[in-house]
Parts: sequence; structure tokens; C-alpha cells
Amino acid sequence: MPLSAPDYQFLKNLVYKDSAIVLGDDHAYLLEARLGPLAQLEGVADVTALVRVLQKAADPALRRRVVETMTTNETSFFRDIQPFEVLKNTILPELVKKRATERSLRIWSGAASTGQEACSLAMTLLEHQRDVALGWDVQILGTDLSSRVVERAKSGLYSQLEVNRGLPAPMLMKHFTRSGVQWQTSSAVQRLVQYRVMNLAAAWPLMPQFDIIFLRNVLIYFDMDTRRAIFTRLRNCLRKDGVLFIGGAESIREADDAFECVRAGSTHYYRHKTQPTAGIG
Amino acid sequence: MLALVVDDSRAMRSIIKNIIKTEGFTFVEAGHGLEALAVLETGEVPDLALVDWNMPEMNGLEFVQAVRANERFNTMKILMVTTETEFEYMSRALEAGANEYLMKPFDRAALRGKLEMIGLIAPTEIQDNE
Ligand SMILES: C[S@@+](CC[C@H](N)C(=O)[O-])C[C@H]1O[C@@H](n2cnc3c(N)ncnc32)[C@H](O)[C@@H]1O
Ligand SMILES: [Mg+2]
Repeated sequence: MPLSAPDYQFLKNLVYKDSAIVLGDDHAYLLEARLGPLAQLEGVADVTALVRVLQKAADPALRRRVVETMTTNETSFFRDIQPFEVLKNTILPELVKKRATERSLRIWSGAASTGQEACSLAMTLLEHQRDVALGWDVQILGTDLSSRVVERAKSGLYSQLEVNRGLPAPMLMKHFTRSGVQWQTSSAVQRLVQYRVMNLAAAWPLMPQFDIIFLRNVLIYFDMDTRRAIFTRLRNCLRKDGVLFIGGAESIREADDAFECVRAGSTHYYRHKTQPTAGIG
Repeated sequence: MLALVVDDSRAMRSIIKNIIKTEGFTFVEAGHGLEALAVLETGEVPDLALVDWNMPEMNGLEFVQAVRANERFNTMKILMVTTETEFEYMSRALEAGANEYLMKPFDRAALRGKLEMIGLIAPTEIQDNE
């Protein structure tokens, strides 16, 4: 049975409430395509039947599976390469100088999916700031709404298809080991990264002050109010001289309201608006 | 831009050709290393060679070694495209002068990414496929 308009609305509301992800009215096909297989897994006939189950009794675990199924987890190593180039060439060398006495760096990948972004940040450090990566107190935190992708990220295991995408062969050889038909991140990478489930649209846990935040390809799923609320909170957990990257294809007005945009080659990043030209944050 | 596609599987050659065609490459092809060397002798120097490892007559590694011994082909980038997935193979290919290494099977995004890495095409942003 095709999904009725009220049932679509029910699911749309549910997904919005639990994740802030906005499903457009043209997303019905996407919803059916993704939830159809979940319905089968749950042993019900179709998505309509799944809606009935959800309406009959509170089932937080099922609800969570529904929401997680509706996330798009597309990612790859060194996605949109430029941000990593800018980090390597300008941001990291400057930051490392400024933090020379503290000897600590906090980095956040705020919609980490299966961890390729966090691992790419770790590899960038290991390749270009080796002493920092090995000798300083460095933490790269990867968080995501979906516990399924967080568990995968924690495993540090990647398929051949995944390591084929965006990862130069010398880096594969240096930072991974073979594990059957998969590849496992090296202990050096694993020591730098940590993963946790976190919903950007719910109350945030106490966050450290970050030097670098990557929040890429996730804001596009949110409405203006959610974005604004997120940027307000980002301001509070980004250090005075820290930097924020959002997705290159995301032109987000709420970001420009909250932060100052810095162009760097063909990419851009954000920092706090009133920033002294020099000095330690 | 011109690409030389070297693989003993005709099916694999068409998969590769179909992908790089959309990236603006024209191509010449060969079924093994010796044939590829012959192609190189007669025509202009390609910008890129996509080279299989396991082939009759002359395998991909031998082909890379032969090409890298000849200054005329200095500008030609080499991408190994092979079912060999052991690190030992990768380092042998890179040491012999291959610029990058792609494992079969692969998808369009992976091949594109490798061409970006070796500087033959400009990076494009990956869109979430919705
Ligand atoms: C397309 S991926 C982006 C991955 C990576 N940042 C990149 O750019 O390649 C988007 C991720 O955002 C996550 N996500 C969606 N809504 C979220 C929310 N409310 N809180 C945290 N993560 C969320 C999804 O689970 C998904 O893994
Ligand atoms: Mg072959």
C-alpha cells in the first residue's frame, strides 16, 4: 500500500522531532525506499504497517532505527580535499606555533558518519605535524546522531570500496593494515580519534573548547531555526582563534551571521567575528 | 587529454573508457604491455596510462618499468588499476614509477578521485546523493 499523506506527515514529524532533519514533500519516495527494507526487517508488511506499530505503542528503539535509516551517511576520505590542504598549509602551522606551550589540540568532526573525516584529520596531522600528532595531547572527536555509523567508525574497519575513494595509496600503506578483506586504521590513527553518539539538534553535552571544527554536509538537512541554534552553540565551543569548516557546497546565511568568513583559495572557513589580529585565544 | 588504457580484459577496458570519456579524455588502448609499448611508439604521448597488472606477454609492472626508463614518457602519468590488493604490490608499482594505485573493483568516484590526486582533473565536491 502506498504511504498515505497523513502517514507521511507522521514520519516526517517523527524524523524532525528526533533529528531536526527536514524531509521535503518531495522526499516521500526516499522515505519509502529507505523504510521499506526496515519494515521487512521488523517483520511487518510495508511502511504503512510500520507507521501503525509506531503509533500503537512507544518503542524508542524502533523510533531510533527509523530516524537512523533516514540519515544520509555519504562520506569519503579527504572529501573535497581543499579544507585539508588549507589545514596543512596555513592553519595547522600557525595553530601549532600558538599552542607551543599548551601542547594540546582539540578537533571536532561534528557529523562524522563512518569516520572518514576524523581519520583524514588524523592522517593530516600524522603526515604534516608528526611531532604534534605523536607528542602532544591531541584529541579528534567524531560525533554523529546515528549509533550505527558511530559503531562502524569505532571499529576503524573500512571496505575496499571505501579506501579506494579519496585515499592516496601511500597513505593507505602508511596508516592502515590489512584485516581480511577490509582495512583497519593504524594504532597511531586510532589513538587520535574517538567517537560518540551526539544529536546536534538536542541539548549538547559539555563540550571542550575546540581549535578546529568540521561540520560539513549536515547543515543542509536542517531548517533555519535549527541552524541558528547550532551556530549559537558553536560560538561557545570554538576557541577565540579557532576555525570552523562547513561543507563547500553549503552556502549558509546563518553561518555568515554568526561568524566571519575567511576565503582560502577555492574554499572558505569561519572564525569568530571580533578577533584580535594576533594573540592567543 | 589522451589516455592509454592497458588491460587484457576488453570488458574492463570499456568500463574504464566509459568513465574517463565523461571526464573529457580520448583514448587509445592495448591488451597487454608489449602492445601498449607499440601504441606508444607510433602515436603522441598520452597524458595518462591506466595499467592493469596481470596480463599476457608483458605485465603491468614490466610495462611501467619500461615506460619509466624512457624519458620521452616522463610527462605521462600512470595509474595502476588492478585486482592486486597487497601492500607489497602497491609499493612495487609506486617504486617503479606509477603515480597512483586503484584496486578493482572500483566505482566512478574512486577513479575520479585518483585522477584528482595525480592532478589530471580538478577536484569537484561530492554531493550527497539524494
Ligand atoms: C552526509 S554525512 C556527512 C559526513 C561528513 N561530515 C562528510 O562531509 O563527508 C551527514 C551525517 O550527519 C548525520 N546527522 C544528521 N542529522 C544529525 C543530527 N541531528 N545530529 C548529528 N548528526 C546528524 C548523519 O547521521 C550523517 O552521518
Ligand atoms: Mg588482467
